[in-house]
Amino acid sequence: MKQLLSGNEALARGMYEGGVTLAVGYPGTPSTEILENCAKHYKDAFRCEWAPNEKVALEVAAGAAMAGARACVTMKHVGLNVAADPLLSIAYTGTPGALVVIVADDPGMHSSQNEQDSRHYARLAKVPVLEPADSAEARDFLKKAFEISETYRTPVILRTSTRVSHSRSLVELGERQMPDREIGFQKDPKNCVLIPAFARQRRLVVEERLQQIQADNSDKWGINRIEKGSEKLGIVTEGIAYQYVKEVFPEASVLKLGCAWPLPEKLIREFADSVEKVLVVEEVEDFTEVNMKAAGIACEGKKYVPNIGELSADVLRASKAKMEGTEYQPCASCQNMADAPLPNRPPTLCAGCPHRGIFYALKKFDVDVVGDIGCYSLGVQPPLSALDTIICMGTGFSMAHGMAQSGQKRKVVGVLGDSTFFHSGITGLLNIAWNKANCTVIVLDNRITAMTGHQDNPGTGQTLMGEASDAADIAAIGKACGMKNIAEFDPLNFEETTAILKKSTESDEPWLLISKSPCVLIMKERVGNVRSIDPEKCKNCRVCVKTGCPAIECTDKNKPTINPLSCNGCSLCNQVCKFGAISE
Amino acid sequence: MNKTTSIVLAGVGGQGILLASEILAKAAGFAGFDVKTNEVHGMAQRGGSVIGQIRYGEKVFSPLVSKGEATVLMSLERIEALRYADFLSPDGLAVVNSQVIIPTTVSSGSAVYPENAKEILKQSFKHLVYLDANRIAQELGNPKCANVVLLGALSTKLENLTPEIWEQAIRECVKPKFIDLNITAFQTGAKAPSEL
Repeated sequence: MKQLLSGNEALARGMYEGGVTLAVGYPGTPSTEILENCAKHYKDAFRCEWAPNEKVALEVAAGAAMAGARACVTMKHVGLNVAADPLLSIAYTGTPGALVVIVADDPGMHSSQNEQDSRHYARLAKVPVLEPADSAEARDFLKKAFEISETYRTPVILRTSTRVSHSRSLVELGERQMPDREIGFQKDPKNCVLIPAFARQRRLVVEERLQQIQADNSDKWGINRIEKGSEKLGIVTEGIAYQYVKEVFPEASVLKLGCAWPLPEKLIREFADSVEKVLVVEEVEDFTEVNMKAAGIACEGKKYVPNIGELSADVLRASKAKMEGTEYQPCASCQNMADAPLPNRPPTLCAGCPHRGIFYALKKFDVDVVGDIGCYSLGVQPPLSALDTIICMGTGFSMAHGMAQSGQKRKVVGVLGDSTFFHSGITGLLNIAWNKANCTVIVLDNRITAMTGHQDNPGTGQTLMGEASDAADIAAIGKACGMKNIAEFDPLNFEETTAILKKSTESDEPWLLISKSPCVLIMKERVGNVRSIDPEKCKNCRVCVKTGCPAIECTDKNKPTINPLSCNGCSLCNQVCKFGAISE
Repeated sequence: MNKTTSIVLAGVGGQGILLASEILAKAAGFAGFDVKTNEVHGMAQRGGSVIGQIRYGEKVFSPLVSKGEATVLMSLERIEALRYADFLSPDGLAVVNSQVIIPTTVSSGSAVYPENAKEILKQSFKHLVYLDANRIAQELGNPKCANVVLLGALSTKLENLTPEIWEQAIRECVKPKFIDLNITAFQTGAKAPSEL
């Protein structure tokens, strides 16, 4: 019986069926549910672990693969930047057991800070990249990736994307098949130790390997597929873009690439020779188009297909019109509907979120706030407008350091979350203590990795498999890093929060503050009793509204009210109201 | 051109779009169709505007619904139907819950919630079922089944899915103790007359 699985569920299934013994990763949308599903369905079959960051995750998987096990590592696209160091060198040694790096790109930046195209890493690391177009292929390609990795002793990248990972489609389930060998590291320094003398030898092997893979990708693997149609137009496509091509160009001949790098040059050349004109349809960059042009295969691509944002059948219809020299006409019914101006509905910090207390308090100070990646990035939205920069994981501390050392007069506050602190905040903190950067840095410790849907981290005292573990102590780490001034505070206590911010930002020494209050979504009960506003006492000053709490509703005509279904009882509104109008 | 049936579910993160999407996709699967869905995860969920997309038919390629293609647009919040109105086909049915959720942009004074939302809905949609699904669900004993009430109203437009198949899908998707409640909610929604 076929099952309806998301791409991420299918990848977890692929690990199970493909005989993986270790799966590692760091959460990041749209990749997170891969490992969550491993733990949910298959933890009796193989071990799965969250790592503190993607570099550690890839190295853990590489270690297992070095010992001959099949290992997988999962991350979002920007995570591969963090893991790029081990990837580019493990690509030299390869591993006896399969090493597959699953990376989830986010075209359209639904939940990301950039739109990088991870296929470039395959070229950079000289390893193959496979791109499934639906859930069944996600499972099948992952199993194929294990086979390729072991046959050629190369890491393999499997690139998924938001629409592959988070779409459901039907998958026929298979059985688990374990590789027929004993796991155990075989000492082999010439192939496993990258001192220059050995690395130079491996450098040659990598190049030969790539050539062999390229030839076999055209002839042997059967992962690329030609769907014969009209000879007038041939389309080369890959990943989710294939699905849109089939909707918009039903007549065209299609070469669907399952592995676009190394380019299956021979196959593409044969395909190109069989049609009058070749169009390359790929999401984000012109990766395959450029590779084809470099190989001397005439084609067009980004001339018509956008390189910004994700593709869809609608986007391709516009590309088609452009190519045919006609005007794209969106459907008639779309034109006259919904011309009423609608209020934006951006995601917000939840009602009762402990981050709200800090951001509201920070607004009272003349400081620059250097932010980071996590739920707290939602604090950038009005009315809080509390963060001045957000770049990547770890910058909350290290960029605050740099800004503080720049010679500027205004004080600098850096913020990041507990999971981000373990990911890449600790080294930044060590540096702040070492080089004495006069800034205040805050760990927003809500006891969970919240934005990606509540994953455990080294501070939660539990592993992905559900085992109890010793929770890392952030204050003790701060002390060990050499921080002299460390304070913990309750962000839902407005007075306490304001006082510690004042003390630390007026000091001329570095401060580490730890905001301790759990994410409201992991609490079984409300933070406190539901609040309500007494309309008699309320002067409509709207200070409570400026906290940005979604439970406080008002329009331009009405005084604020508190939605009792949304209120979590955090009492921040209560504390900031000057007229005593808010109570339990 | 193709016989794929497309449905868009709109609402606010946390309103129960995922369950409605799952029931619908299961039903289409039980009926023997190829089916694909797409959901929103991550940052877009935290109280933001969200959509779920379901497509089924003999062979489905794109998991995403094209503009002007949806047979039904169902919205769990009053104005979210308008945000995604351009997905609906000219003869499509809009199923709209009367619930209002004020966005923080309105509370903070930077935007206005349209007062005449009902009028705009009437003008925008040729075929409209407008229900107070929260009240109906409350009367049935649990406000959380409002999404299934609306699903019942939506089902009237999908003739290729029989009541038996819907019931089977509901049985598979909800916890055993809520099965009867949800089946009643579904049936009530299917019969409920539009309140606009």
